[in-house]
Amino acid sequence: MGFSLSRMVSDLKIYGKSSLRSREGFFFTLVFPIILILLFGAIFSGGGASQSTVYVQNHDTGPVGATFISALNSTSNYCSTSSGAGLCMRPVPADLNFSQYLSSKSASDGIIIPANFSLAFESGQKVNVTVFGNPSSTASAVVSGIVAEVVNGFNLHGATGVHQVGITPRTAVSSNYKYIDFLVPGLVGFAALTSPMFAMVNISSTYRRDKVFKLLSLTPLTKTEWLLSKIIWYVGTTAVSFMLMAAVGVYAFGAHIALNWGIGIFLVLGPFFFVSLGMLVGSVSNTPEAASVVGNLVTFPMMFLSGTFFPVSSMPKYLQGIAHVLPLYYMIDGLNEVMIYGNFGAAYFDMAVLLGISVVVFALAVRFFRWRED
Amino acid sequence: MAQVPAIEVSGLKKKYGDIQAVDGTSFSVDEGEVFSLLGPNGAGKTTTIEILEGLRNKDSGTAKVLGLDPWESGYELHKRIGVIPQGFKFLDYPTPREALSYYGALFGRKVDPDELLRRVILDDASNVWFQNLSGGQKQKLGMALSLVNDPQVVFLDEPTTGLDPQARRAVWEVVRKLKDEGRTVMLTTHYLEEAEELADRVAIMKHGKIVAMGTTAEIESKFGSGQRMVVKGGDDLLKYLRESTRLHAEGGAGSITIFLRDKSDAMVALGAIEESGAAWEDLTVRRDSLEDVFLKLVGEGGSIEKGVE
Ligand SMILES: Nc1ncnc2c1ncn2[C@@H]1O[C@H](COP(=O)(O)OP(=O)(O)O)[C@@H](O)[C@H]1O
Ligand SMILES: [Mg+2]
Repeated sequence: MGFSLSRMVSDLKIYGKSSLRSREGFFFTLVFPIILILLFGAIFSGGGASQSTVYVQNHDTGPVGATFISALNSTSNYCSTSSGAGLCMRPVPADLNFSQYLSSKSASDGIIIPANFSLAFESGQKVNVTVFGNPSSTASAVVSGIVAEVVNGFNLHGATGVHQVGITPRTAVSSNYKYIDFLVPGLVGFAALTSPMFAMVNISSTYRRDKVFKLLSLTPLTKTEWLLSKIIWYVGTTAVSFMLMAAVGVYAFGAHIALNWGIGIFLVLGPFFFVSLGMLVGSVSNTPEAASVVGNLVTFPMMFLSGTFFPVSSMPKYLQGIAHVLPLYYMIDGLNEVMIYGNFGAAYFDMAVLLGISVVVFALAVRFFRWRED
Repeated sequence: MAQVPAIEVSGLKKKYGDIQAVDGTSFSVDEGEVFSLLGPNGAGKTTTIEILEGLRNKDSGTAKVLGLDPWESGYELHKRIGVIPQGFKFLDYPTPREALSYYGALFGRKVDPDELLRRVILDDASNVWFQNLSGGQKQKLGMALSLVNDPQVVFLDEPTTGLDPQARRAVWEVVRKLKDEGRTVMLTTHYLEEAEELADRVAIMKHGKIVAMGTTAEIESKFGSGQRMVVKGGDDLLKYLRESTRLHAEGGAGSITIFLRDKSDAMVALGAIEESGAAWEDLTVRRDSLEDVFLKLVGEGGSIEKGVE
């Protein structure tokens, strides 16, 4: 039999045309992703601006450190008001490792007042406060601005009138990610799951009912060619969904996304897996009803528990355990790693897991789905 | 040159659970012949034809198409046969022209979709989405698709079921063309008229068995009870015929049928009608038609349709 590229391409062309002509296909490929990101982006970004927390650690035992902090607070402390842009200053006990504390809070903004602050200030010596921040974050820029303002005030009213207080900037190891940053990879995963799964479960039963599989089996088209053409189609639609959602995320909600080749790998592996899985579910089910029930049983937990709408790390521990056995988790986690954290080491693991299960499920789908009957 | 049959079936059996769908059928179809399986719903026609197309495996017996075992050598065979499954459907959105180009590409053949569409008289709908085609147009597209690979044998499973009389005639016209082109055609139908109209030979199928086979004339003479006399008359005439002769007569709704075994039966019947003194008119004598045989073999309850005309 052999594999024929031209047969596969012909099948891809006719399937693609059909999908775009069908209202559902058009809707789920082009419209639905935009609706999703607009909806969730609007719900959770609270109108755009958000509040950032600034952690402040005071090592100074004298009065000047306290004055500095109250100056900071008076400039900009909006902890109590829940709406609008602003900074919320939170004290950190002096005996804790500040960098670790910041990363444990997934925060990047912080200020350290050194132990000799009062002493140095009162004796007219130079002294620096350390300001942690993420150079690419607007919140960090606001923090630096405010600290600079307070420092300025101190220098003007200081004992000597010279610039006694300075700033030591430090880049924080972890940055303060916003919900929208996680939403884009989550919803891309959602699109890579739902659109192929529902389409394939549906196709596997309607093609059987309408004898389209029988018709195809009467041609030289092979099952592998046919399934690959579906995979390629849904890789394409997932890529389009990604571009639409990323564009809306970035331009409408200010999401931070790093574009790199790692994203491409997940945009291929995700649909590869879910097209195969949908076909496998449809093939092992005897009736269209059974296929749809099994399809939903497989799809729904993944839809909500894999980090689609909420980061998995924000879920209770036992749900995180469940998430780790869901294939979609590895796609979304991988996308998070490459798009947000730039952590390719972790992403390679996700790629390997996805590739492994995709190859297995693809092989099973080709094996179990039959054109003809015994 | 010895004629090799295009289709050869012997002792073919297929069971679904408790249902013996095909129960030891045997027949063969010559090259260039139009052969029809005629039978009511559930007779086993689709099962038989699907086994021949290589879409279903048989339980036992032999089935050969163009000398090949359809299940084992399906991939080879499919390059040489054309098939329209019962209730042919395609994807909803491609147009007939797109569907034909697609099929051509799958077979690796350069096809001219417009030429094929003209051949099945569908050129007027070449750019209509499949879902918007009428039943007859869909069926014609099925025929065009089955011709893409220039097949030697064409299988049509109930090609006109559910079509209006005009669409049915159009499909028939295409089937005749297939025969003129020298192709072997096997078609199933539960319309008696269709088999009579198209087939060189007919096999009547019931409960998985072939109960009669041959040309229509052969079946009529073999399974028909011969001549019958039909006369319009009332119950008094029927009663007289039954009481005063040993003829077998049936009647109702003002029409009486007398079954004639030989010529002397005819004379007896005429005499008795005259003697009865009852009113009568419109006396005719005719052979059993295929319809009569079909009704006799398959039974009134067999959901046979005479065809719409
Ligand atoms: N896939 C199947 N599973 C179980 N029973 C079937 C199946 N296909 C057909 N049958 C049964 O086998 C018998 C013959 O069906 P079929 O070959 O479709 O007859 P026909 O085409 O003459 O209407 C019927 O009783 C039908 O219900
Ligand atoms: Mg049938």
